[in-house]
Amino acid sequence: MYQALFGLQACYFSWSIFPILKTMTNDRPNPDELLERVQREEEKASRGKLKVFFGASAGVGKTYAMLSAARQLRNQGLALVAGVAETHGRAETMALMEGIEVLPMKEIKYRDRLLQEFDLDAALKRHPPLILVDELAHTNIQGSRHPKRWQDVEELLAAGIDVYTTVNVQHLESLNNVVSTITGIRVRETVPDKVFDQADEVVLVDITPDELLQRLHEGKIYLTHQAKSAIDNFFRKGNLIALRELSLRRTADRVDDQMRTYRQERSIERVWQTKENLLVCVGPQPGAEKVIRGASRLASELGVEWHAVYVETPLLQRLPSAERERILHTLQLAHELGAQTTTLAGQDEAETIVGYAHSRNLPKLVIGRDYKSWKPWCRSFSERIGRLSSDLDIIQIVRDPPDKSRKDRQFLQKRQTSPTKQTWPFYAWAVVACAIATLIGALMSPYFELSNIVMIFLLSVVLVGIKYGRGPSVLGAFLSVILFDFFFVPPRYSFAVSDIQYLVTFAVMLMVALVIGQLTANLRYQAQVASHRETRLRALYEMARDLSGVLLPDQIIDISHKFVESTFGVRIAILLADDHDKLHHPAASRYTVPIVDFSIAQWCFDHSEPAGFGTDTLPGSPILYLPLRAPMRTRGILAVKPTTPRLLLIPEQRRQMDGFAALIATALERVHYIQVAQEAMVKMESERLRNSLLSVLSHDLRTPLTSLVGLADSLVRTKPELSPAQLDMAGTIRDQAFRISALANNLLDMARLQAGEVQLNRQWQPLEEVVGSALKARAEQLAKHHVQVYLPHDFPMLEFDAVLIERVLCNLLENSAKYTAPGSEICIEAGIQDGKATISVSDNGPGLPIGSEEAIFEKFTRGEKESATPGVGLGLSICRAIVEAHKGRIWAENLVTGGARFTFTLPLGTPPTLPDLYGEEEST
Amino acid sequence: MTEHPPVVILVEDDKHIRRFVRTTLEAEGCQVFEADTVRQGLIESGTRNPNLIILDLGLPDRDGIDFIRDLRGWSEIPIVVLSARTDEKDKIAALDAGADDYLTKPFGVGELLARIRVALRRSDKNASGSASVVEFGTVQLDLANRTVKRNGEPVHLTPIEYRLLNLFVRNPGKVLTHRQILREVWGPSHVESSHYLRIYMRQLRHKLEKNPANPQFILTEIGIGYRLMIE
Repeated sequence: MYQALFGLQACYFSWSIFPILKTMTNDRPNPDELLERVQREEEKASRGKLKVFFGASAGVGKTYAMLSAARQLRNQGLALVAGVAETHGRAETMALMEGIEVLPMKEIKYRDRLLQEFDLDAALKRHPPLILVDELAHTNIQGSRHPKRWQDVEELLAAGIDVYTTVNVQHLESLNNVVSTITGIRVRETVPDKVFDQADEVVLVDITPDELLQRLHEGKIYLTHQAKSAIDNFFRKGNLIALRELSLRRTADRVDDQMRTYRQERSIERVWQTKENLLVCVGPQPGAEKVIRGASRLASELGVEWHAVYVETPLLQRLPSAERERILHTLQLAHELGAQTTTLAGQDEAETIVGYAHSRNLPKLVIGRDYKSWKPWCRSFSERIGRLSSDLDIIQIVRDPPDKSRKDRQFLQKRQTSPTKQTWPFYAWAVVACAIATLIGALMSPYFELSNIVMIFLLSVVLVGIKYGRGPSVLGAFLSVILFDFFFVPPRYSFAVSDIQYLVTFAVMLMVALVIGQLTANLRYQAQVASHRETRLRALYEMARDLSGVLLPDQIIDISHKFVESTFGVRIAILLADDHDKLHHPAASRYTVPIVDFSIAQWCFDHSEPAGFGTDTLPGSPILYLPLRAPMRTRGILAVKPTTPRLLLIPEQRRQMDGFAALIATALERVHYIQVAQEAMVKMESERLRNSLLSVLSHDLRTPLTSLVGLADSLVRTKPELSPAQLDMAGTIRDQAFRISALANNLLDMARLQAGEVQLNRQWQPLEEVVGSALKARAEQLAKHHVQVYLPHDFPMLEFDAVLIERVLCNLLENSAKYTAPGSEICIEAGIQDGKATISVSDNGPGLPIGSEEAIFEKFTRGEKESATPGVGLGLSICRAIVEAHKGRIWAENLVTGGARFTFTLPLGTPPTLPDLYGEEEST
Repeated sequence: MTEHPPVVILVEDDKHIRRFVRTTLEAEGCQVFEADTVRQGLIESGTRNPNLIILDLGLPDRDGIDFIRDLRGWSEIPIVVLSARTDEKDKIAALDAGADDYLTKPFGVGELLARIRVALRRSDKNASGSASVVEFGTVQLDLANRTVKRNGEPVHLTPIEYRLLNLFVRNPGKVLTHRQILREVWGPSHVESSHYLRIYMRQLRHKLEKNPANPQFILTEIGIGYRLMIE
């Protein structure tokens, strides 16, 4: 009874403990996150470390601090290198540079001037453990590999080189506009925040504004000419205090972040993170850049990812190309700031955005605040979204004031060069359509009511709308009203209207015409967009279909040329990589290819990242280089030379291009593996044929060989005795027959080993048994040699196939006997090394030909080519096959003391001990 | 040696091999009867009262191993097997069935003669009974007193080692397979524990051989078994 009660209690207790366990598991980092952290740390381990010396403004002493830190490491013996260090000729800073190796700058010719620039390639080649690169925000001279110095630094870090660098607060991308509103000076050179945030260490170099002003007056701050003019504006105490605050805050944010990460990783306190990622809507309105920057800051403060989305509606597609370009630039900016960017296509922005947010589970929208519209009936974007979905949070960010952007727009419109299509014939056709409607109306007017004639005009507007789009249809609508009034409404042939009710007819007619025209025009536009998209998709599909059937790389290249060039209106070249990862043009194709810069192509291939036009790497090149990335490896490069460069900048087009590249890459890989499989098949087939042939040969050879040996031996023994010459001949016949037999044995063994027929009969045995038996088996060959055996007394038993290992020893002994003069010493030794048993056979003969140590293990190789020494070089390859089947290794080497040594290893394992069953008492 | 010349029956289907083996044996003073099938060989063995049978394993009518089994049903005549196969399994099967020794083709006449002499000596001994003291090299084994001496010094053997040595001495020159030895020394339930046998053979060799890594008497037939060679 008590027991039962107790059992119940225990049961209750275990149930009550269960929820506690559950909540406990919630407090621990989840495995995915841990894995991600491990990966991040691994990646970090192979990457170089970035240390940023961060300051509020020029003159706080960042370079000095960096050099001091470097100096200390230098004194500790680190062979660091200064890549760029702007000492500005100051003595105290120069003094720090003493003894530090300075990497020479590269000279680049730019507009007839020789300019100096950081030499990235030299730095990569020199590969120091640490490099100093001052001024992270610097913009490189045109013609350098990357447009920005921070990209150079990224490449240095990726190559595993540690970097020390300096940054001012105004150069941080997300703070750029904040600083410019404080100081009134806009800085063009910026560094993406992710570079700063991903730095391993940030050191804040800080002095008080008074001290800084003091230094300025003492002339300790280096300033360029332009800066001197701005000096009064910039170095005001108020500015400096604000900048100092900004930099302190930015650093504090970072420290806070680190603290949070630390706590999360150590699970001190689980911070509940819903991971409510942000979705930023990019619109055509000016000032979107500010929204993007704000969203970026918000995302980093919340510690979440963010997405930037642009919805292309038919209305937006009609925007002038300059404005579209601005939208693309905004998206580009978002991408640089770390967002995932997407372009969506849809009828209505709000609907599309809401759908996207729901499908990606992005509950927080960031949008630019709409200015009070002059149209009171128009709902703002946020209201529209609010009506569509009540569960989305909307964060509004103030845009830049519109007046400034108008300037921008004018500036951009000036740059717009692409000629718009001639549209006046469309309008002419609208006029003609209205004229025809009037004519038909005139013919109908005696028999029909005026209301039916109105229908004819409406019909003409619809037709114009379908055929020529919105503008002509609007023209048609107005023209129709005018013509209807003039020709049909009494009094006819005048614009005067007798009956007031016709005004209603006009108004309704105009409205209906406009609405219908608008609708049909939209319909037409959508049809066009859809057909464009469909054309590209069809091209993708057709190329995939065509590629699926090809068997040769050349066919792939032809098909790629055909589809990519016609779909995008570009010219392409495909470079394929050979086995040594070098790119080369494929065999002459019938397409003319653009001239490709091989160094960029090779860079793109080596890094497996796009390069050239429209990318971060060498954007000055007119050609875009895309890596052909397949699942197993990068197969080559697709070089695209656009005829209208703007088109390639559109993300959608780029994505499609990437799709084509992926298709080509997969096709190339498939073809590659077809070739590999075919080669393997042919090899297998020939191997099998050879093996069966060998086995028949070796087997059937034995019987006649036995007679041959026996008869030759009998000859020697015949009475009366033969003459010495005859005896010698009989002996030779016997020896040669044995040689054939040995050869047949070797061939058969090799064939069996290669066919994989041999099953190892592994048993635990003492090595000395095999050695003894091998010596006995080769006693005849070794008769004239001195053989020494050194086996440690306590050498453990090994697990191996005795027959096969005896064969290895026999072959090695035979080999030594064959290649050394009679009277030479042969030595068998065994020992234990690195947890493996090593057995070696060495001699004091002439040794192996230099460089042949590996080749002698190949089939049909002998020490000396075409020498008279008998034996086909199968012996050693048999040894290798046997040893490798035992998971050991065999190799040959020349001894310093002369002679050759063959060594093989066998795994040790744990030998069985004698159980007590066999333990015996001492005998008497 | 007996007064009558030893009678040898040669069962082999290849006539060239028969020819040289016969020549060799006759030169040694043996009387040779030939057979080219198992059937013929069994008839000859039953009628000629042979001292030794030389048997090829690959015969046209039946397997050579059948011949051995058949013969061992009624006779202990030594059998030396000739095999064209290098596969150890066939040899082990022949030895387990009761063959005394084997030769792999191709073989020299010298090798053949050596094996035949050993086998003939064994058949002599079987006839004349065994001596109570056996000597090989510097080792002296007194079967009656169960003592072993090497270079005149007594050698300590454990009971199993002694039983092993005793087994070999009773079968001088005969190839004993692992299975046969294990059955004789440990009993029929231990025929698969060949690594125990190897450990004891190693100990025995270390106690009796001058150079255990290159033994003169206790020889290893790799993958098959052991044999004691006594000159």
